Amino acid sequence: MMRGIPMNPALAFIAPALILIGVFFFLPVVGALLLSFTDFDIYALGRLDRLRFVGLENYRRLLADPRFWTALKNTVHFVAVGGPLSVLVSLGAALLVNHRQVRYPGLFRTLLFLPVVTTLAAVAVVWRYLYHPRHGFLNYALGLLGFGPIDWLGDPDWAMPAIILMAVWKNFGFNMVVFIAGLQSIPRRLYEAAEIDGADGFSQFRYITLPMLAPTFLFVTIITLIGYFQLFAEPYLMTQGGPAESTLSVALLMFQEGFRWWNLGYAAAVAFVLFLIILAGAGLQARWRGRRA
Amino acid sequence: MYFFPMPALLALTTCVVGRLRFTGWLLAVLTGCSAPPPGDTIHFWAMGREGEAVQVLLAEFERRHPGIRVRVQQIPWSAAHEKLLTAFAGDALPDVIQLGNTWVPEFAALDALRPLDDRIDGVADLFPGMLEGSRVEGRLLALPWYVDTRLLFYRQDILARAGYDRPPVTWEGWREAMARIKDQSGPDHYALLLPINEWQAPVILALQAGSGLLRDTARYGDFRGPAFRRAFGVYLDMFRQGFAPALAEAQMSNLYQDFAQGRFAFFITGPWNIGEFQRRLPPALQTVWETAPLPGPEGPGLSLAGGSSLAVTRASRHPEAALALIRFLAEPGQQAAFYRLTGDLPGRRSAWDQPELRNAPHLDAFRQQLAAVTPTPGIPEWERIAAQIAFHAEKVVRGELSEEQALTELDAAVDRILAKRRWLLSRGAAPGGSSP
Repeated sequence: MMRGIPMNPALAFIAPALILIGVFFFLPVVGALLLSFTDFDIYALGRLDRLRFVGLENYRRLLADPRFWTALKNTVHFVAVGGPLSVLVSLGAALLVNHRQVRYPGLFRTLLFLPVVTTLAAVAVVWRYLYHPRHGFLNYALGLLGFGPIDWLGDPDWAMPAIILMAVWKNFGFNMVVFIAGLQSIPRRLYEAAEIDGADGFSQFRYITLPMLAPTFLFVTIITLIGYFQLFAEPYLMTQGGPAESTLSVALLMFQEGFRWWNLGYAAAVAFVLFLIILAGAGLQARWRGRRA
Repeated sequence: MYFFPMPALLALTTCVVGRLRFTGWLLAVLTGCSAPPPGDTIHFWAMGREGEAVQVLLAEFERRHPGIRVRVQQIPWSAAHEKLLTAFAGDALPDVIQLGNTWVPEFAALDALRPLDDRIDGVADLFPGMLEGSRVEGRLLALPWYVDTRLLFYRQDILARAGYDRPPVTWEGWREAMARIKDQSGPDHYALLLPINEWQAPVILALQAGSGLLRDTARYGDFRGPAFRRAFGVYLDMFRQGFAPALAEAQMSNLYQDFAQGRFAFFITGPWNIGEFQRRLPPALQTVWETAPLPGPEGPGLSLAGGSSLAVTRASRHPEAALALIRFLAEPGQQAAFYRLTGDLPGRRSAWDQPELRNAPHLDAFRQQLAAVTPTPGIPEWERIAAQIAFHAEKVVRGELSEEQALTELDAAVDRILAKRRWLLSRGAAPGGSSP
């Protein structure tokens, strides 16, 4: 009686995906972790025998680097303001599109989703026109309302709000679609029962819609948090981190250190610190939701 | 970037068209069309507006060298440095590259450039200070293409009101002039505009005072040395005495308007602002602003050797054709033509005798200043060191650090940056980069 090693046939099915993930994800991640313990720099790029193992030195340097703290502050600013704003706009749009009295909901859903599928590089070009201090539409509109012009991308105090505004507009459509799916999975009978009980619209929203949306909320907030912490393309395309480093994000710092100055060891350390921050944020959020549920 | 089959396609069409013109298409079909020798196609990466303007000059080059075709790829300045380094890492550098002058030491450390010694004529015609920055360990690795430097832009009328008919040439004279202008002008008016977050001004003053910035063949920072201390004191005094407002560059949104309104009389900047001043200042002011070489400790002072260079990469498979291109772009006639196209100042001195440069307003001061320029330390770490200088200088101006604390911390920070260099030197390796 010969028997092969018992193997779950499922393994054969997931093997291709596992191999791909292993080669193109886990291997590079392990490589980057090792890299973050070395002083890989422009000297090592020229000749590999100039590479040294430095242990935790990159991490120590990072924590003493004022640019890192500036970048972290800016990123937290972006996440703390842009994240909730994005979720609220998505929820508002979802409620509107999903409302019974709205005609052609499919059309509106598509239109509101369009920014998500538009290339960010093209979006950035258009928004740079909108933000132009003299010829931009936003300042024109402000002028009609009697406000003076704002140098949106040139003023250190306004550059981050400008980036947040653009990012929210660009991204809210995705979360909106998730919220719509969440809203549509709430059974109608709950609302019917509430109406019989005499609950008004707000009470229905407060006591039925919101609690029933809790799992969707968890998903949306964690995805948004992860995405927003990795703020990169918007400042890279719009401001290059300026003015006065007011839009320098952690991911942009990592890119500049890694690929502009080729301090790959240091950049890898930035990447892992960013990963730990996101992990901690997502974990806290999941626990917080878990306790309340 | 899908241009691979283009040369083949072009060759085929020119071949077919050529045969048609001379012998008729029937013969072409009968004989079969053998493509002419492909010739050397050299790839040239150039930045920003220069990358666009240089293409105008290349028609003449291709006419003179029928066997060579040049393909220019334009790279935006904002992405140029990472694009070049990534291309090196991916073994994808083109034949000829434009390099910011301060990047030459990095590419020298990578051994990515072919030495140009003896291969280029007219090297003695270049501004000596510019040339110094292109030499690493005695080898000429890049050829200064167009140059820039910083000097004084000033308001003649404000200076005249303060009793001066010419700009100051010494530190002391400059200080007196600024003090008088400050006394005569109202609140919110200053003598000088000096962004507090830039490294250039403190570094220029230090180089003028004779500081090498680094010591022991660039192993350590020398910011507590007497020369740097003296220059740093002069720099800080501009703010302590109220000659200059403590503003960062990003806060100076209406620079041209403020200059037009006389809110400041002196501004240290480069040739790119000549055009801006001509465009943005009202016509009435065009006769009262001028340029002058920088004042120095005892007389006219040094400034920085800025600008861009051209280099042939080691990866080039057509180094001779690449050299021909660099020689062509370095010809005085082409340099003057390039000035006409871009306003960029020629690196070759004889190009400055061409009428369009000789007669252009405001350029005289640049010509004088370019004879007295010096490069920043030629080591790959320089950009990071410069950022540290700017950072610590700003802290002192803002009152967050004392002068002494700042210099001590600056030395420590720079010594950390140079740790790898010290290690390489201690192993007897030449890390690349020239040392002061």
